[in-house]
Amino acid sequence: MKKNTLPIIIILAILLGAGVFFISNQNNVQDTASDQKKIGFIYIGPPGDHGWTYMHDQGRQTMEAELGDSISTTYIENVPENADAVRAIRKLAESGHDLIFTTSFNYMDQTLEVAKDFPDVKFEHATGYKRTDNVATYNSRFYEGRTIIGHIAGKMTKTDTIGYIASFPIPEVIRGINSFYLAASKVNPDIKIKVIWAYTWYDPAKEADAANTLINQGADIIVQHTDTFAPCQAAEKAGVLAFGQASNQEQFCPNAHMTAIEDVWGPYYAERAKALVDGSWASQDTWAGMKEGHVVMSDYNTKILPADLIAEAKAMEAGIIDGSLHSFAGPIYNQEGELVVPEGSVADDGMLAGMMFYVQGIEDQIPQ
Amino acid sequence: MDINMIFGIINIILIGTTPLVFAAIGELVVEKSGVLNLGLEGMMLVGAVSAFVTLVVTDSYFVAFIVSLISGLVMSGLFAFLVLYLMANQVATGLALTIFGIGISSMIGKRYIGTPIEGLSPYFLIITSFLVVIFIGYFFKKTKLGLIVKAVGESHDSAHSLGFNVIKIRFLSILFGGAMSALAGFYFSICYAPMWQEGMIAGRGWIALALVVFATWKPERILLGAYIFGGVAIMQMNLQAFGVKFPGQFFNMMPYLVTILVLVIISGNKLRIKLSAPACLTIPFNKNQ
Repeated sequence: MKKNTLPIIIILAILLGAGVFFISNQNNVQDTASDQKKIGFIYIGPPGDHGWTYMHDQGRQTMEAELGDSISTTYIENVPENADAVRAIRKLAESGHDLIFTTSFNYMDQTLEVAKDFPDVKFEHATGYKRTDNVATYNSRFYEGRTIIGHIAGKMTKTDTIGYIASFPIPEVIRGINSFYLAASKVNPDIKIKVIWAYTWYDPAKEADAANTLINQGADIIVQHTDTFAPCQAAEKAGVLAFGQASNQEQFCPNAHMTAIEDVWGPYYAERAKALVDGSWASQDTWAGMKEGHVVMSDYNTKILPADLIAEAKAMEAGIIDGSLHSFAGPIYNQEGELVVPEGSVADDGMLAGMMFYVQGIEDQIPQ
Repeated sequence: MDINMIFGIINIILIGTTPLVFAAIGELVVEKSGVLNLGLEGMMLVGAVSAFVTLVVTDSYFVAFIVSLISGLVMSGLFAFLVLYLMANQVATGLALTIFGIGISSMIGKRYIGTPIEGLSPYFLIITSFLVVIFIGYFFKKTKLGLIVKAVGESHDSAHSLGFNVIKIRFLSILFGGAMSALAGFYFSICYAPMWQEGMIAGRGWIALALVVFATWKPERILLGAYIFGGVAIMQMNLQAFGVKFPGQFFNMMPYLVTILVLVIISGNKLRIKLSAPACLTIPFNKNQ
């Protein structure tokens, strides 16, 4: 027994080490020249998810391409939204990064915790609302895109039933459901929306189960607020329609994919990196939408959508960009029938940012 | 709710539960032989990624199936070598196998994320999963080899003195467990959610492990447990879509909660736990001792 101890320890160490290596090695830290600025990213998923993290990584690459040698970038992927995030963010801060983007809502307190210890390092937290001198926040008005897919869904559904796969009951997701429903019910007052809360951003099998459940209950259009293309794939297989999420997912479901709301982070990342390089970076809050090119609709699928509907959608895009169309224009009532946005005005950013109520007509309850 | 909708729900439950059945029945055999392999999640991931990559490269479901099985044999063979010949701690080695599997599956699959494939119909494997459980039940009850495996798990010293090769029987049991995990992985990335995404098993390996305890090491109860776990997950989605809201977190932790409950119940009675768990579970065997 005793003589065997050493090889066990060695082999175990190798095995463990290899596993840890493969996991942690996914951040490709590069050597940098001294005057080069180092910019780090914390990702919640892998860049290959073809969804949320994929688009952040596209943004990172755009930034690299635009700024060339004046910056170098690093990322750490698959960082859980718990105490592990503190370690990952701290690791970047300690290894000489000048600017760190943390790209998920639940990195909020972890980002602030690390930022407190590194006053000279700059942080940018996506979709959050807590700022300090060295922590900026940024977000996109994805709900503008949901107004357009709501309009399309309202016109395209034959069963008047929409299946909506939601992730977590947070304002971002609830805002999306409201925006979608307001637009859909405007063109189709009979529309019903069935919501399944998956309590995950990333679990292809569960997302597919949710899509199949909704289809089984009569939904003929699947809308998702989770990160993989599994729901769209399930819709394709069942012969119903769907919208892509975060990136253009038409290649995975060519006969179901009507359009997608794309998150385009590149221009913002490039702008902030330039500010870092020329020294003008300051903490701020950015909430940009279609007008600034942060939210873009994928090519409308001409095989599915009639030409006049595509024209309507494009006109709505133009309206959102020139300000004549707002996703939350009054009058808007909540589920209790109280007027929350009076006629002639629009919901302000404060209401949108903290939106934890459904608008009137949605037959669902927000889970507590 | 009409009859078609009920069939639809049953269909979704069948599709979603099958990987749990495969992984759990494999692990049951491993544990019956007295070895605890916590590496299910890792082996399932490697099985899934090797099936997917092989399918993309060769365009043959059969080759993908074979390669996936081989990957499971290699992963579990590595584990068996460490715990049986080097007598490494089974818990630590199993955990290492999971971590290793997560890492290496991400590495192998990196270039293939988002490659579209044509999924395979799941029904053949769904039927197979039932047959495997029935076979394993028969194997332990009616066959000599099954009794030998059980004997090795209950008392390896007695089995050894009766002339059975404990190491060989445990090795083969572990390989069977690996093959079943890989099959679960194959089913996952080829039939269930035809794609490769990093970490796509998403914790189902741990649920399968919990299932074996839930089933108190009885093959037929694996089916019962798997369909309770899988059924509850799908039913809560259906209720949600009907407008009834539950705290979803509760359903995510339910399999583990129920398993702990079962453990508490069977541990309350010393005799009952003795009758349920293989007596030599996690105890290494050294014939020179």
